[in-house]
Amino acid sequence: MLALQILIDGFAISSLYGLGAIGFTLIFGVSGVLNLAHGGIMLIAAVLGWWLAANHGAGAYGGAAFGIVCGLIASFVTYFLVVRPIQRSRAIPAEEEEIFVLTATLLWGIMIQTGMDYLFTDNPVTLPAMIPGVMSIGGVRTPRNEILIAIICWVTIGLVWLLVNHTRLGKQLLAASINPRALTLLGFELSRIHLIVWTIYGVLAGLAGVLLASFFGVSSSSAGDLTASAFTIVILGGLGSVPGSLVAAYVVGYAETLTAYLIAPTLRPIPALIILVVVLYVRPQGLLGRR
Amino acid sequence: MRKYLGAALLVILGATAPMWLGGYYLGVFTTGFYFAVFAMAWDLLFGFAGMVNFGPTFLIGLGAYGAGILNNQGLGIPLSLVCGTAIAIGGGLLLALPAMRLRGPYFGLITLVAVLLLLDAIVIFAGTTGGEIGMMVPDVLSISARVNYWYAFVFMVISAVILYGISRSSLGLILQATGQDSVEAAALGFNVTKHRVAAFCISAFFSGLAGGMLTFYQGTASVDTVVDLAIAVQIIVAVVFGGRRTILGGILGAIFLILFDELLRPLGQLNTFVVSAITLCVILFFPDGVLGFAFRPRARQ
Repeated sequence: MLALQILIDGFAISSLYGLGAIGFTLIFGVSGVLNLAHGGIMLIAAVLGWWLAANHGAGAYGGAAFGIVCGLIASFVTYFLVVRPIQRSRAIPAEEEEIFVLTATLLWGIMIQTGMDYLFTDNPVTLPAMIPGVMSIGGVRTPRNEILIAIICWVTIGLVWLLVNHTRLGKQLLAASINPRALTLLGFELSRIHLIVWTIYGVLAGLAGVLLASFFGVSSSSAGDLTASAFTIVILGGLGSVPGSLVAAYVVGYAETLTAYLIAPTLRPIPALIILVVVLYVRPQGLLGRR
Repeated sequence: MRKYLGAALLVILGATAPMWLGGYYLGVFTTGFYFAVFAMAWDLLFGFAGMVNFGPTFLIGLGAYGAGILNNQGLGIPLSLVCGTAIAIGGGLLLALPAMRLRGPYFGLITLVAVLLLLDAIVIFAGTTGGEIGMMVPDVLSISARVNYWYAFVFMVISAVILYGISRSSLGLILQATGQDSVEAAALGFNVTKHRVAAFCISAFFSGLAGGMLTFYQGTASVDTVVDLAIAVQIIVAVVFGGRRTILGGILGAIFLILFDELLRPLGQLNTFVVSAITLCVILFFPDGVLGFAFRPRARQ
């Protein structure tokens, strides 16, 4: 009974983690950017979606759609205002670009967090469930909403997989992650590809934020934790590897759920951190990363 | 020459501050000076050794809590400080271990994890550490604001001289070389491991000692003042704002942050927003920071 409960809850949480992390890893793979404002973008989607749904009667779906659009806009703002100026700056040497992007997106994330805190307080917000009711799976009462969320996550992950592996656009993205210089020599505009990947990222992060708000509730103080968990999952799986991120999402999701149910909810984040340290020590490139 | 004159002027200004500054602002500057030491110690690792260390507060927290716990066990302040610093150096060695194998963001994440685990440990062992509320220490450095100011000021100046000296010595140069291209530095016959470990120990020494002294200045050690990730972010911001790879820029950045925090207090919650926005602009438009901008080579003119 408890085992089944852990299995179901862990699955839903892990799917959500996976969805949150693949955008993050995609953007690193294609443009080499580690976006530490990730949690902030999810936060914007969640809080603005809630704002429209709860205060303006847009309902669960209207709120969710609005949240995703806001996440997309936030992603564009991050790219054009923070990341692109650094990539184009002549004053920043190329080998230090990474550190500058990390610091700048970290600051940007803090600005988003404190800004949202100021506008909407840091009370946790919860989107209304998309479908009400509970159903019984092998005797475990599970909210239908939780099942729907897991399904949406997997459908989206499947769509991203199709997009990357079976379309012309996806081939360009793959090529950009392997050898950007050769791609530009073949006549493709690299900045267009970056724009596309930030669009995909915005939609994924927005969706993950909205679903998280519908599942758990999100507060502005959790932006840092959201970034940290995406960062953990992506590094554990291997930077830039989408399958690796998915595997890592399940490792982290189940490690947290098991600890929360069997030991104590307060110790929830610890086992995942220890797994991370051990894996990185034995295998510095992560579970499925390439050197 | 102008550089040294300016530095001497600032030292005189700082040294005479208790004569003309009110008690409240003395307190603000005292905290600011300890902060400046955190920033300089971090710059040695980041600017020179090229280590993306998101966890300066791991070292600071170990020093602060180590000293505080031992003081609660009945050790005197000097001995507690020595032991706390030793614990911090142990922490530095612990961080240096993964630094041998991991680079860039991978290492950055490990340091982040180190801070998170320390935070968890403090909460779990709330019996000794006071948990989220913080831990009182029985002894304080002094109850006079002026004497506390002197302690902090002298400590900061000595740290600045030593760290600046190290950064300009052969050790600093070799660290810079290993940070930029460790393979080539090794090929030139420098022992990369040895220098990197040395950098971690030095950084941990100053971080831990400053953390311990801050604890005995405030009379408490709490998660919010010495371990929280927000503190780590402020340290990083201070260094980048003042100018990375300058050591002394950290002082400028730390004092800017602390003063701005006071000046913007009427803004309430928005003050972090404004400080972050200003720093972001500095990063985007003057990536070398204030000191780097002021003393950039004027060869092009």
